[in-house]
Amino acid sequence: MTPKKRRRLAFAAALIAAGGVLAAGIVYELGQNTQYFRSPSDIAANRTSPGIAFRLGGLVEQKSLRHGAGADVHFMVTDGKQTVPVEYNGVLPALFREGQGVVALGAMNGTGTFVATEVLAKHDEKYMPPEVVDALKRSGRWQESGGT
Amino acid sequence: MTGELGQLALCFALALSLVMAAGGLLGARPDESNNGAVLARGIAHGATMGMLVFVVLAFGTLTYAFVTSDFSIAVVANNSHTMKPLIYKISGVWGNHEGSMLLWVLVLSLYAGLVSSLGRGGPRLTSAALGVQGLLAAAFLLFILFTSNPFLRLDPAPFEGAGLNPLLQDPGLAIHPPMLYAGYVGLSAAFSYAAAALIVGEEGWTRAARPFMLIAWIALTCGIALGSWWAYYELGWGGFWFWDPVENASLMPWLVATALLHSALATEKSGAFRTWTLLLAIGGFSMSLIGTFLVRSGVLSSVHAFATDPTRGFFIMVLIACAIGGALGLFAWRAPSLKGGAAFDTQSRETMLLLNNVFLVAACASVFVGTLYPLALDALNGTKISVGPPYYAATFAPIFFALLLLVPLGPQLGWRRGDMKAALRMLAPALGVAALAALVVVMIASPRFLTGVCAFAVAGWLIGASVLTLIRRKSARASAFAAALAHAGLGVTLMGVAGTTLWRSEALTVLGPGETMTVGPYTLRFDGVTQELGPNYRASRAHIALMDGARVQTMLTPEQRIYPAEGQETANTAIRTTGFQDLYLALGDDRGGGRWTLRAYVSPLAPFIWLGALVMALGGVLSLWGRLRVRAALPAAVAQPAE
Repeated sequence: MTPKKRRRLAFAAALIAAGGVLAAGIVYELGQNTQYFRSPSDIAANRTSPGIAFRLGGLVEQKSLRHGAGADVHFMVTDGKQTVPVEYNGVLPALFREGQGVVALGAMNGTGTFVATEVLAKHDEKYMPPEVVDALKRSGRWQESGGT
Repeated sequence: MTGELGQLALCFALALSLVMAAGGLLGARPDESNNGAVLARGIAHGATMGMLVFVVLAFGTLTYAFVTSDFSIAVVANNSHTMKPLIYKISGVWGNHEGSMLLWVLVLSLYAGLVSSLGRGGPRLTSAALGVQGLLAAAFLLFILFTSNPFLRLDPAPFEGAGLNPLLQDPGLAIHPPMLYAGYVGLSAAFSYAAAALIVGEEGWTRAARPFMLIAWIALTCGIALGSWWAYYELGWGGFWFWDPVENASLMPWLVATALLHSALATEKSGAFRTWTLLLAIGGFSMSLIGTFLVRSGVLSSVHAFATDPTRGFFIMVLIACAIGGALGLFAWRAPSLKGGAAFDTQSRETMLLLNNVFLVAACASVFVGTLYPLALDALNGTKISVGPPYYAATFAPIFFALLLLVPLGPQLGWRRGDMKAALRMLAPALGVAALAALVVVMIASPRFLTGVCAFAVAGWLIGASVLTLIRRKSARASAFAAALAHAGLGVTLMGVAGTTLWRSEALTVLGPGETMTVGPYTLRFDGVTQELGPNYRASRAHIALMDGARVQTMLTPEQRIYPAEGQETANTAIRTTGFQDLYLALGDDRGGGRWTLRAYVSPLAPFIWLGALVMALGGVLSLWGRLRVRAALPAAVAQPAE
C-alpha cells in the first residue's frame, strides 16, 4: 500500500466512524426530544404521564377562560368528547379566542391539569392547526365545510 | 386587460425558456464547422434576454394589478385591500403563493440574464449553463401556469379585497422574501454551472460560478438574518430562532452554500475536491428546492404555507425529483471521466477546508433529519410529533461549535503544504484574546454558565484571529480580508446568540395606571392605554415610561392592533436597544379597570446576532468586489481561459 492510499484509507475509516457517531447521536437525541401531539381524549385514556412534555391540541371551550390573581390564565381545551383544564402563566397570543383551535406546549401536573409553557399563535382567523383538525376528526366533531 | 397581458407574457416566457434550454444544450457541443453550435449559442443568449423581458413584464403586470387594486384578478382580491398602504400593496405581490412563485421565476430569470451577459466561462460552459437554467425556468413556468396562475380572473369582481394577513403587513415582507429568494435561486446558477461542467467536461467552472455562489450566499445570509429579526420583534413567532421547520428550510441551503464556497475555493486554487465541489453545487440547490417544497406545499403549518392544494405539492415534488435525480444521474455518468482532485499534505489549507465541509455537511444532516423525521413519521403511521430545540442543542450546536474552533486555522495554512506550528504561533495572540474573553465572562456574568464561557472564548478566538489578519497582512489581497471579516462575523453572532439565550431576563405582570415594574436593570411605569387609528387598523397603544430615577428617560409604546378588513389582531412589540442590550415590551390582555398584562424581556447582546450576520455578508461583498475588480483589470483573453 502506498502512503497516499494508506492515508486515504485512514481518512475513509475516520469519516465512516464519525458518520456512525453522528448517526447514533441523531437517533438517540431524536428519541429523547420528540414531543407527541395529544388530544384531550388521549389524556382521558391515560396516554400521557405527568411531567413528560407534549403538545395539546383542541378547541378552547366556550366561557372557560378566566384570569388568576397575577398574569396566570386558565381555560379548558376540548375535542368535543373530553376536556382538560389548562393553566398558563404568560401572554396569550392575539388570536386566542374561546371556541377556536389552539395548540399548547407543556405537560400534565399530578392533579390532571395541563401546565402550558407556551401557547402557539394561529396565523389567521381561518387557519386551523392540522393537529387540531386531526383531534376533531378523531372525535367525530370535524365537518369538512368550514370546520366545526 | 392587464391580466391577459400578464398571462400572455408568461406563455411567451415559457416558449422562450424552452428555446433557451434547447439552444443552450445544443450550443454546448464543440465548435466544428457548420454544426450550428455557435448559432445555437447565440439563440440561447437571445432567448435568455427575451425570457427575462417577458417575466419582468408579467411581474410588472401583477404589481400594477395590486397597486391599482384590480379585484377582477383572484390573487389580488384574495390578498389585497384598497385601504392597505402602498408598500404593502407592492410587497403583497409576493405575500401569497402565486405571486411568490412568480417572484421565484423573476429571480431565476435575472440570474439567467447575469449568466448570459456576465458569465466568464468558456462559450461552451456558459451555453450549457444557460441550457440548464432554461430547463429550470421552463419547469417553474409550467408550475405557475398549470397550478398557480396569478392571473386567474374572478367574475363578477368583488367590490373589495379580502386583505393581506396583518402579520405580513410589516416592512419585513418588503425585503425578507426577495432577499431569501435571491439566495435560494442564486444557488440555481451554481447548480447550472456544475451541470454544465459535467456536460462539457470543463474544469474551470468554479471560477465562472464563484460570483454567483457569492451573491447567493450573501443574499441567503441577509435573508435569514432578516427573517430571524422579523421573528424576534413579532410576538408569537418564537424569538430570533425557534428551529421551526420553515427556519430550518432556509438554514440547510445556507450550510451547504457555505460548504460550497469553501470547497470551490480549494478546487479553484489548488485543484482539490473536484468532484466533491460538483456534488455540493448540486446539493445546495437541491436544499433550496426541498426548502421550497417544505415551505410552500402546505405540509408544514406556518405563516409561510400559502398553498394547501395537493396538486401543487405533487408538482413541486416531481420537479424536485427530476432536478435532483437528473443532476445526480448526470454526475454518476460523467464524474468518473473528469480529472480527480489534486493531492495535498495533512498540514494544509485543504485539510482545514475538508474538515470545514465535513462539519458543515454533518450539521446540515442533523437539521435535515430533525426537520423531516416528523413529516416522515406522520406520512408512515399518522403519529404526530414535533422535534424541539433541545434536539438541535444536542446535535447541531456541538458540531457547529467544533467547526468554529477550527475556523481561524484555515487561512493561516498554505495551500497544498502548510505549517501548523507556525500557524499556531501566529495565532497565539488570538488565544490570549479568547482567554481574556472567557475571564471577562467569569468575572461579570451571573449566573455563570460553562457554555457561556466557552462561547465567548470561541468568539474571542474568531475575532482575535481576524483582527490579527487585518493587522499583520497589510499587503494582503481583498480575499484574505473578506475571509477575516466573514469569520469575525461568526464570532459576533455567536456572542449575540449566547448572550440572549443564556442571560435573558423576563417579567410578566398585570399593571394599573401609575404602577411600576422592574425587569433586569430597568424600571418601567405604566401610564395607561389609548385608542389610536392607523391607516387600516385600530390600535390599543400602551404608554410605558422607562424611568431613570424619578425622571422619565423615554416612552415605549407596545400596541395591539385590530385590522377590521381582515378581522384579525396583531401584537406589536416595542423594543429599545442600546446596541448591547434590548429592552423588549409586549402588551397582553385587557384585564379591566385600566389594568393590562405586560410582558418585558431584557436580552443582552441581542443586536449582535444580526450585526454579526451583517459583518459576514460584508465579508462576502468584499470578496465579490475583489473578484470583479481583478477581473476588470485582466484582459478578456486571460479572464476567459481557452478551452
